[in-house]
Formats: sequence, C-alpha cells, structure tokens
Amino acid sequence: MTRKLTSPAMSKCILCYSCMLACARVNYRSHSVTRCALKIRTAGGMSGKYAADICRSCERPTCAYVCPTGAMAAKDGGGARLIKSKCIGCQKCVEACKINYLQFDDELKLPLMCTHCGICVKFCPHGCIKISEPKDGNGGEI
Amino acid sequence: MLYQNYIRVLYIDLNSKKIRFEHREDLCEYIGGSGVSSKLFSELVKYGADPLAPEQPVVFAIGPMSTIFPVCTKAVCSFFSPQTGEYGESHAGGRLAMAIRLANTDAIVITGRAESPVYITIKPDDIIFHDAEALWDLKVSESGQYMRAMAGAPGNRSIIRIGPAGANLVPTACINVDTYRHFGRLGAGAVFGSKNLKGLVICGEKDFTIKNPAEYNKIYSEIYDKATKTTLMAKYHELGTPKNVLPLNKINALPAYNLKKSNYEFAEKISGEAFAEEVLQRKVSCSGCPIGCVHVGGLRKLFDAGYEYESNGVSYDHELVFSLGSQLGIKNTTGVLNLINETEEVGLDAISCGVILGFMTEALERGDISVSETLVDLKFGDIDRYLEAIRHIAVPPNGFYRDIGRGLFNFTAKKGGGAYQYALQLGGLEISGYFTGPAHLIGGMTGIRHSHLDNAGYSIDQKLLKDAANLSAKTIAEKIVAEEVVRSVYTSLVICLFAREVYDLETVCRALSTIDIKKTPEELNAVSSKILRNKLDIRAKMGFDLKNYPLASRYFETPSPYGLIKKEFTDEIIGHYKELIGRI
Repeated sequence: MTRKLTSPAMSKCILCYSCMLACARVNYRSHSVTRCALKIRTAGGMSGKYAADICRSCERPTCAYVCPTGAMAAKDGGGARLIKSKCIGCQKCVEACKINYLQFDDELKLPLMCTHCGICVKFCPHGCIKISEPKDGNGGEI
Repeated sequence: MLYQNYIRVLYIDLNSKKIRFEHREDLCEYIGGSGVSSKLFSELVKYGADPLAPEQPVVFAIGPMSTIFPVCTKAVCSFFSPQTGEYGESHAGGRLAMAIRLANTDAIVITGRAESPVYITIKPDDIIFHDAEALWDLKVSESGQYMRAMAGAPGNRSIIRIGPAGANLVPTACINVDTYRHFGRLGAGAVFGSKNLKGLVICGEKDFTIKNPAEYNKIYSEIYDKATKTTLMAKYHELGTPKNVLPLNKINALPAYNLKKSNYEFAEKISGEAFAEEVLQRKVSCSGCPIGCVHVGGLRKLFDAGYEYESNGVSYDHELVFSLGSQLGIKNTTGVLNLINETEEVGLDAISCGVILGFMTEALERGDISVSETLVDLKFGDIDRYLEAIRHIAVPPNGFYRDIGRGLFNFTAKKGGGAYQYALQLGGLEISGYFTGPAHLIGGMTGIRHSHLDNAGYSIDQKLLKDAANLSAKTIAEKIVAEEVVRSVYTSLVICLFAREVYDLETVCRALSTIDIKKTPEELNAVSSKILRNKLDIRAKMGFDLKNYPLASRYFETPSPYGLIKKEFTDEIIGHYKELIGRI
C-alpha cells in the first residue's frame, strides 16, 4: 500500500496555511505558499467553508496515463509520482487531473505534484489532513 | 525585501492614478513594519494640514519575518489620525501580510484623492484602479462579496475595505481586513474615505527561495513547537482573549456601565466560557499562524414571524465583550454578538463605538444631553436602541452624531471638556477593556497609539498587584517605558504581540540570521529606541502634549484592584515618565 494523503477533518481547519508553508519549505525550498503541492482554499471568503485541494491518489491516475514521457508514473496501489528529469512541461497531466488539483509552476516548468511525504500533516495543528502510513500494520494514519 | 539590502516601496498617487516603486536601502535600519511605516509616514505627512487632506499619506508595511516564521502575521498602517489629530498607527492580521509579501512588496504608500470612488487591485505585475461608485456606501460584508467576485484575482489574496462610516468620514471608522480583522483604532477608515478609496485587493505569487534551508527549517520547527506544544499561547486558542473576562471581574478590573462599576454582575453571562459554550462556531488564524485565536460566534436572529431566521458568523474578543458588553450592560452572548455584528457592518472601531455608547447612555441619564440630540433614548442593556445608535454614528443624521463620531475627547472638548468627567478616553482615544490600575491609565495616555498593547500597562498592574503596598510610581514609569521600547522592535518585525514570550530577542536574532539579517539583541534594542524616538518626534510636531489630556475624575472614583486610584500618584508616574521618555 502506498502512502496516501486525505483530508478527513477540514471542519477543524483554522486556515493557518502551516501545511502549505511546510510543503513549500521542505519540498520546494520556498518561502511562498504559492509553490507547494497542496492548497487550502476558502469558498466565499474567510466566513465560508475551507477546502483542501490535495492529490487523492486515484486508483486510475489519468495524470500518469496521459503523460507522453513517463515522467508521471503510476504507482502500485494508486496515485502517481513525478520523475522530474523526464518531464518536458507539456502540462497534459494538469489538464487530465480529474479534480483540477494539479497546478503547473511556470518558473520551475514542472507540475507541483504531491509526493505524499507527510510534512504537511506534521505541521497541521489540528489533524485536518492525514496520511496513511504503510509501515503501520493496521494501515492506520499518522 | 527578503535577502535584499533594500525595502521595496510601492507609491500610489490617487490624483494621477500613477504608481512607482522605489528600492530604499536607507529604510533597512528601520527593520520593517511600524519602523518602516512610521518613517515613510514622517517623510510625507503635511503637519499643518488637516488629517483628512488629500495629500496626507497612508502607509502599510510588513516586516522581514512576515508569514515566513510562525505567528509573524501582522501588517502595520500609519496615518494622520482624524480622531486624535496626532500620529495614527494600527495593526491588523488576516491574510494581508502574506498577500503584501506575495505581491512582491514591503510597503505601500498611498497619497492623493481619486476623482471618484475607486478600489485598487495590487499584483506583482499590475495595479488596477476599479470604479467603486456602486460600492461606496455598501456595508462591509456586501462590499467584500463584490470585491471578491469582481477583482478577478483568486488565490491567496487579501481584501481590505471600509463601510459606510469610512465613506462618511467618521473619525472613528475602521478598515476591515479579510472580514474578521481590522485596522480598528484611530480612524484609518475615514482616511480611506477622504481619498475616495473603498479598499484594496492585494494578491500575488512571488516566490522567495530559501537561502539557508537547514538552519531555517531547524529554527522554524523550534518556534512552531514552542508556539503549539507549550502552554505559552494555549489560552489564545482555547477560549481566546475573552478568557480574561472572569479573572478581571474577580479583581474589580472589568469596566461596566461606563465604569460606574469595575465589577459586572452579569460577567458570567458574557464570559469567554459562556461564549465558547453557547455560540462559538469556529476558530480561525491569520495566515502563517498555527494558533487560531480568532473566535467566531454564530449569531442567529429572528427577523420575521413564521420562524424566519438569519444567521451570521461574528468574531469576538475580550475588548468587544467589554465595549459592547459590560460597558453597555448587555447580559447575554447573543446580545453582544448582535452589537458587534452591526458595528462590523457599518465599519466602526468597535472599542470606541461601545465606549461612546456607554458615555451617551450615562449622559442621557444625567440629563447632560437630550433625546432630541441622540434621537434614541439609550438605556443600559437595551440592545435594539444601541443598534439604532450605531447606525447613526456611522451615518450621522445630525450635528450631535457628527460630533460624537469624532470620539469622546473631541466631543467633550467642544462642549467645554471639564463638565464631562465620565468620558472614558486616554490620550484622546476611548479606553480598552481593563481597569487594572494606574499603569493601564498612564500607559494608555502615553502610548504611541494609545493602545493597551503599546506598553501593556494592564499587565504591569496585574504583576505588581501582589506587592501593592510597596507600589512605586517610578517603577511603574520605568516598566511602561521599557515595554514601549521593546515592543517597537516586535511591531517592526512584525511579530504578533500574543507571541511575545515565544520570541525572546535571542530567538529573534537566530531566526533573522537564517534570512541573512545579522543582529544582536543589543542592536535590536538600539533600533527599537530609534524607531520609538521617530514616532515621538512625529507626534510632538503634531502638537501632542500630555497636559492636554487630563484624566477624567471617573478614574479616581471607581475602585480598581488597588482600591481607589489617587490622582497625585498618577501625576507622579507622569513626571517620571516624562523624564524617562526624554532619554529615548
């Protein structure tokens, strides 16, 4: 089983962006929340609902299926991983994403693909997002 | 600017609708935030002219740590206060600091007056002036909805705007920031109104590469853990600042009924605990803060027969529970939320608004003013009448409301001053929700923005209370001045003051070093004094003189935790204060 990010408790979200900042910091060496592989957004301003745009590790990852170079490689058990060296920046994966999660970084010329590393989960103060942990014999979450 | 040796300043001239950027190396010594905003303000202010004259500047600034370290979330606004006629400075959280950073800017200076109402979208690569005529007198929430929908800049944006009070140039009007936060005090909303400026939409996607990832990630995690896994900030998340209501009430430090009392018999009905149990809906953070201190309560109102209800989320905190609660004799959480909601919608400073209403109520009781002036026969505890009066303050129907909306100092000065010894202002600004003792009074009177947060006099009082018998005027003055100095550096960085204990100066210096700013605690203290001196000079040039703000006799007639405060003792503190502040 591959690690899988989920957002089971977004009603607890306080919109602190700590998850996005952590991803930007650790995965993209960036201070900016615009360069990270997940997005917490509002629907109707701060008084509306808060939603998490995250990679849902589709069983049938269309982002991988449409990739002409194999840069977006389907993983066993669902989802895909990005092999940066193979990516030519065609953005077909972005167009194919079923939930419009995947964003393209014009400067990096790469899709901002989640690696399901779990750093965002570590910095979420309220457990709004979780990641399944394969080492856990019960398939539990951290 | 991060990793650069300059502050990137965006200048916007509303007269010509032209902009320019300047990279100011000379501003780096002022760090950012209030240091930079007050310096930029001092360069452009027209001392002799009216605070609402078109040429007066309004300045926004963030600091080097904004958003990129936990709880560094505030933006600072400097302006010529139309309420006090002296230096105006206000701080707000929300998403504004993050948005200014992403818009590739450190500071924004706005001068001039648009020919007709506008709001402005600020992006890293574009500035757009939108026609705001149709939005001009709309309430705050409705304005926000339109600006969100029409600005066409989805993402990590911040939307700040004024309501009817600002549009009507009411000197106690605020600027709303992202619905739940505000540049609340001292009348920044009227300054926007005077410029025909409805608001700003700020957004961007500027990326900043981390230069020293190992060191930076290490200190970030350390600070994050200190903020979230220790008890240092727990109270701000749990009950929020209304946690103060009951402890203050217990020691006779909660102003009630226009400070006729310092102990409120219905405190338990509007305590932090009562709010949490009865109406708390959610907690929200400013961007980059893992605490979530913004407490939002659910307001459910019957508006017609047939079970017709409306509902709304309203943010509350201790200051508002005081000003629109105990100050007005409101006995339940829903009543307080109702008044906060109305004040929010019209865009008034909720602290000043509540204190003004309390004054009006007592003045009516005494017969010092009449219902022919107030148009509403205000009574302590009567919510509907207060709702009506709030609308009148924001959109004045007569000269009385035009005058009272300028704040109690101006109102009573016009009426002869001395007769109104129950007008609760300190240094020209309405009091906040504490009556802890002499340090709070003198701290408010002398503070650079007359905020309880300038020097935390309320905290000094409470800490000294255990040794009340040996209270020394000199000690109080020393503590007020020392705190005011050190806070200048925090408001320049700009760290939320709630995180003061998380960020000792040694931690600050370690954090700064990871973003290539090398400072020692001693150097920060020196810079802090320089920043404060600049602000003191500004207000001195504006004619500020402590002797013009005598303390109302009400402060000496109501028991504080120290019993009755003696005027002679406060005079003694002021004497020491003048001597100490002169050395800064």
